[in-house]
Amino acid sequence: MKIKSKWILIGISGVFLFFMLVLPLISVITNSLKEGIGFYFQSLATPTVKSAFGVTVLAAVIAVAVNTIFGIAAAWLITRFSFKGKQILSAVIDIPFSISPVIAGLAFLMTFGRMGWAGGLLARLNEALGTNIQIVFAVPGVALATVFVTFPFVSREIIPVLLSVGKEEEEAAALMGADGFTIFRKITFPHIRWALLYGVILCTARALGEFGAVHALSKTRGETFTLPLEIDALYLSNSSESITSAFAVSSILVLMAVAVLIIRNIAEHQAKKNEENH
Amino acid sequence: MYIEMRNIEKSYGDFKASKEVNFGLEKGTLAALLGPSGSGKTTILRMIAGFETPDTGDIIIDEKRVNDLPAADRGIGFVFQNYALFRYMTVYENIAFGLEVKKIHKKLIKERVMELLSLTGLEGLDKRYPNQLSGGQRQRVAFARALAPSPGLLLLDEPFAAIDAKVRQELRSWLKEMIHKVGITSIFVTHDQDEAVEVADEIIVTNQGRIEQIANPFEIYKNPATPFVAEFIGQSARMEGYHKLKGFEKGDFTGAIIRPEFVEAFKSDNLKFQDVMRCSEEGIIEDISFRGNYLEVRLNVNGISLTTRRSLERRPVSVGEKMHVIVYRIYAYDDKKAYLLENSLLNGANIVTF
Repeated sequence: MKIKSKWILIGISGVFLFFMLVLPLISVITNSLKEGIGFYFQSLATPTVKSAFGVTVLAAVIAVAVNTIFGIAAAWLITRFSFKGKQILSAVIDIPFSISPVIAGLAFLMTFGRMGWAGGLLARLNEALGTNIQIVFAVPGVALATVFVTFPFVSREIIPVLLSVGKEEEEAAALMGADGFTIFRKITFPHIRWALLYGVILCTARALGEFGAVHALSKTRGETFTLPLEIDALYLSNSSESITSAFAVSSILVLMAVAVLIIRNIAEHQAKKNEENH
Repeated sequence: MYIEMRNIEKSYGDFKASKEVNFGLEKGTLAALLGPSGSGKTTILRMIAGFETPDTGDIIIDEKRVNDLPAADRGIGFVFQNYALFRYMTVYENIAFGLEVKKIHKKLIKERVMELLSLTGLEGLDKRYPNQLSGGQRQRVAFARALAPSPGLLLLDEPFAAIDAKVRQELRSWLKEMIHKVGITSIFVTHDQDEAVEVADEIIVTNQGRIEQIANPFEIYKNPATPFVAEFIGQSARMEGYHKLKGFEKGDFTGAIIRPEFVEAFKSDNLKFQDVMRCSEEGIIEDISFRGNYLEVRLNVNGISLTTRRSLERRPVSVGEKMHVIVYRIYAYDDKKAYLLENSLLNGANIVTF
């Protein structure tokens, strides 16, 4: 009975995963090669795709850097100090998980746009410094939106590890006269390094694929478009060639996703091994 | 006095964790802070270490007031309850850590670590990680790590709590021997009176944030100063109507405490007790329970329930049997103090039971 239900469950999961996930991804790859390999590379080399690739990578790098620093700081604060409003802070960090990215994008638009309160401030700052820094409909806005949606990933991975490790080792090191940085580097970091890597990978994957929030803040193809936006634009231009191009660009994201998946599994495996050994 | 606590008070909100804490320890003393959980013993240890700050009062180590000195500058070695060994460092790196932080020359560090490894019998284990060690070995590493920077005072928080009962016994004598060998003034926290009695030179008994008594284990056992100590130490039981027992008179006390070793029960034909037969009274055995290497016998004497221990080498007894009972002594107490009352009929009498 038990064995039978096991095979039924395996069957259901297998069929479901194949039709819902594997098949669509395979169709992306086959569609992208419909016009031949030459066309495939040609559609990847257009100026707008190259620009979108650059913007995507830049936004992802910024998001990962910002959220790694913020995530470690927040996780440390939440697990090592007790203060009023800790629960609230913890809940606020999770907002990007529960809010629609489009709303996040619109929120930035309303804040930094011409009508927003920070928009006027930015205009005056530019006037005073003689610069022309733009946030809305510019690359900084795209980066901001990406940072927003990937906000909780790093801290959410580290917090449980810091909680389970406890602070005794850190106290012991502090009693021996070690300063905060030494304690972090030699005591805390070895405990969290794999969880941190895992968080960074999740953060990267999410940053590469973000559409909604970025869509609200990015309007210029070839300048501020990211890869998902570029794919959308190609697909909507409605010629059979551009649709094939859309699939070709998509295949890049699929390949990146597969790479992330592999690294993720390695990181997860290492984290487990690490925990067993120490 | 090497370490002194003067008029220490400490509260957490409405909870008074320390009340009028006053005590001092001579250099080289191995002291136990003994008390039930919530009695304030750990708070005292943490204040000495510098993890907590007293509300009022002075903490003095080696004639210096250390209240405002951070933990790291007090010259203290601390052994944590679960040892808090650095899991990602080898035994060597664990012991060396405190010295590396002080920027001591590598060669000197190596010498000191090797010295401690041999002192604690951990030679050859220096490349192991803490999870590759037994509980006892971990305690040794924690001990060596705390001693590495040559502190003047060693504090240990429940040092045996994380160890199996069987190994614990062995480690108690090891730790006592080791601390005396090093000669370092040490204070350890425990809730286990056997542990305190076996290991410590001085026992500091705490209760509800107060110090009840400071004395060597023998004194604590023999002359408890307060009702709490009399009841907390040993297998003590409160009793009613002590003055109805032969050899005791009613005094101005609020109650009395008795321990099994204060009660003697024998059969009427036991020749060894013929001299003191007149001091004894009749008791009926109500219950007998087997305790491994002795029997615990509960008797009813004039309506008073008394418990005694009986060696398995003596003649067997049974429930309902009439015995002769002598009570050697009891502790009577009023609100503040405990008093030892000896059986007045036994004055000068010589009892040899074996």
